[in-house]
Amino acid sequence: MRDAAAMIETRSVARHFGGLRAVDGMSMTLRRGEMVGLIGPNGAGKTTLFNLIAGTLRPSAGSIHIGAADVSDEGPHRRIARGVGRTFQIPKPFADMTVLENVLTGRQRQAGERAWVNFLRPGLVAAEERGAVAKARDLLDFVLLSRLADEPASVLSGGQRKLLELARVLMADPQVILLDEPAAGVNPTLLEQIIDRVLRLNAEGRTILLIEHNMDMVARLCSRVVVMASGRQLAEGRPEDVARDPAVVGAYLGGAA
Amino acid sequence: MIDLLAYGAFFLTVALSYAVICLGLNLQWGQTGLFNVGIAGFVAIGAYVSALLTTPHTPDRFGGFDLPIVAGWIGAALFTGLATLLVGALTIRLRADYLAIATFGVAVAVQLVLLNLQPLTGGPFGIGYIPRPFASLATDPSAFGFANLALMAAVVLGVYLVLERLVRSPWGRVLRAIREDEAAALALGKNAVSFRLQAFAIGGAIMGLGGALQAHFIGFIAPENYQPTLTFQVWAMLIVGGSGNNRGAILGAVLVWGLWAASAGAVAALFPTDQQARASSLQIVMIGTALCAILLLRPRGLLGEVRTVSRHLLAKPGKPNRKATHADST
Repeated sequence: MRDAAAMIETRSVARHFGGLRAVDGMSMTLRRGEMVGLIGPNGAGKTTLFNLIAGTLRPSAGSIHIGAADVSDEGPHRRIARGVGRTFQIPKPFADMTVLENVLTGRQRQAGERAWVNFLRPGLVAAEERGAVAKARDLLDFVLLSRLADEPASVLSGGQRKLLELARVLMADPQVILLDEPAAGVNPTLLEQIIDRVLRLNAEGRTILLIEHNMDMVARLCSRVVVMASGRQLAEGRPEDVARDPAVVGAYLGGAA
Repeated sequence: MIDLLAYGAFFLTVALSYAVICLGLNLQWGQTGLFNVGIAGFVAIGAYVSALLTTPHTPDRFGGFDLPIVAGWIGAALFTGLATLLVGALTIRLRADYLAIATFGVAVAVQLVLLNLQPLTGGPFGIGYIPRPFASLATDPSAFGFANLALMAAVVLGVYLVLERLVRSPWGRVLRAIREDEAAALALGKNAVSFRLQAFAIGGAIMGLGGALQAHFIGFIAPENYQPTLTFQVWAMLIVGGSGNNRGAILGAVLVWGLWAASAGAVAALFPTDQQARASSLQIVMIGTALCAILLLRPRGLLGEVRTVSRHLLAKPGKPNRKATHADST
């Protein structure tokens, strides 16, 4: 794995909120095909780093690279075209739209998203839409939501919303998926299903960065773990080694470096 | 009986002109969640542009270009769309409540310009002698009334069909996604600013067209027609009819305009002449009461939003039916 191509790289990236240095010089690399866990105590800066990588926040210093491109100043809507998709810690379904149409929204490069094409080339739009619907239904099968396809997303439970977000981002066929706490608040049965789906996605060759508090889940999924504390990297390595690292144990017990 | 029919035609024609404006608001608010509280300003721009383009040359005022009415309508829609685009380019990044304040300010500014820029707008006296469609039928009031009603209905139908195609497409789905959750839409690669701006400008163009339709039907415009009351009426129409539903926008326009006309009749019948000007404020109270009743009883309006956006999905409602995918190719 070590010599596989870097998919995402942050170079001494920092983000300050007023006097708070939420992320303070993080350098990390996500290589093709890896599944990396990003862990750390509350307030360590995980979600800020995640938002920097997803483009929701711009770095105060340092740079972020996807492949060979410097994307430090690109908005979040450009990430997916570069093959990087994300989910949210608190799921954000389009509540008043059906589950199926939520997933369809993830489709990229649809001609029908340009207003005038719907008048000039309705046949093209209809054909693309048929293809998109077939794919969306397959993805709903994959995340076990087929039965709810025509219900509004607002009826879904918390765990189902996480699955819906996964299907929605998969609709865009991203090479890299950023998962923000996919296990938080999910019942054990659904959690096993989520773990299974994430493993299958990784086995298909997708690169995954996972923020997660559930160490057991991280240990089962990730070959490599990055530990953050106080906005910096505290440790890095295989899950079982990191879990024994005295600095990591200290950080979780409240003695952050 | 003939009188009643003629009044009915007049009433429906005015109501349908509001329906056009209401359809514009539905694209902005119902579909995209853009809180436009400056409707009167955009309607006024359309009305004045069309009036300037189509009236005969007037010595003490800019223009009077004597163009055909249709040219006035198209010019009104294009110019208002452009003006809305400019306003949007400055304000569309604002959060909903700030966009409301900004658009309200635009409407007030437009009204003050109409009132004071006399060489362009005719000032407080407005513009008269705006050509009316089917003017040659004016000697026969009922033929004139029904011809205008038919024309207005045809325009409403055209706007409705164009909007339905737009809204029930992947484009419309993106608008709705942005309305529901902008951060999630961005994460899926949708350029929210661009889509909001498109919806705002197209909605503005439709409002401008609505203003032009009204101006030509009445034949006379003045700044006092474009007060915040107009904005309030159109909002009431959309909320009553059903925000997010184009048919609801049309239904709401007819119902609320009906209530407005009925309450005007009630004020005229119940109050002595010297009190009627003051009593006419009760009309706004009646609309407000109807609005409250709807919000309490049917918060989504009489015709709620259709849940499935894409018209490509409606051919096969309910359960997945892969056979149907061959049948509905158009």
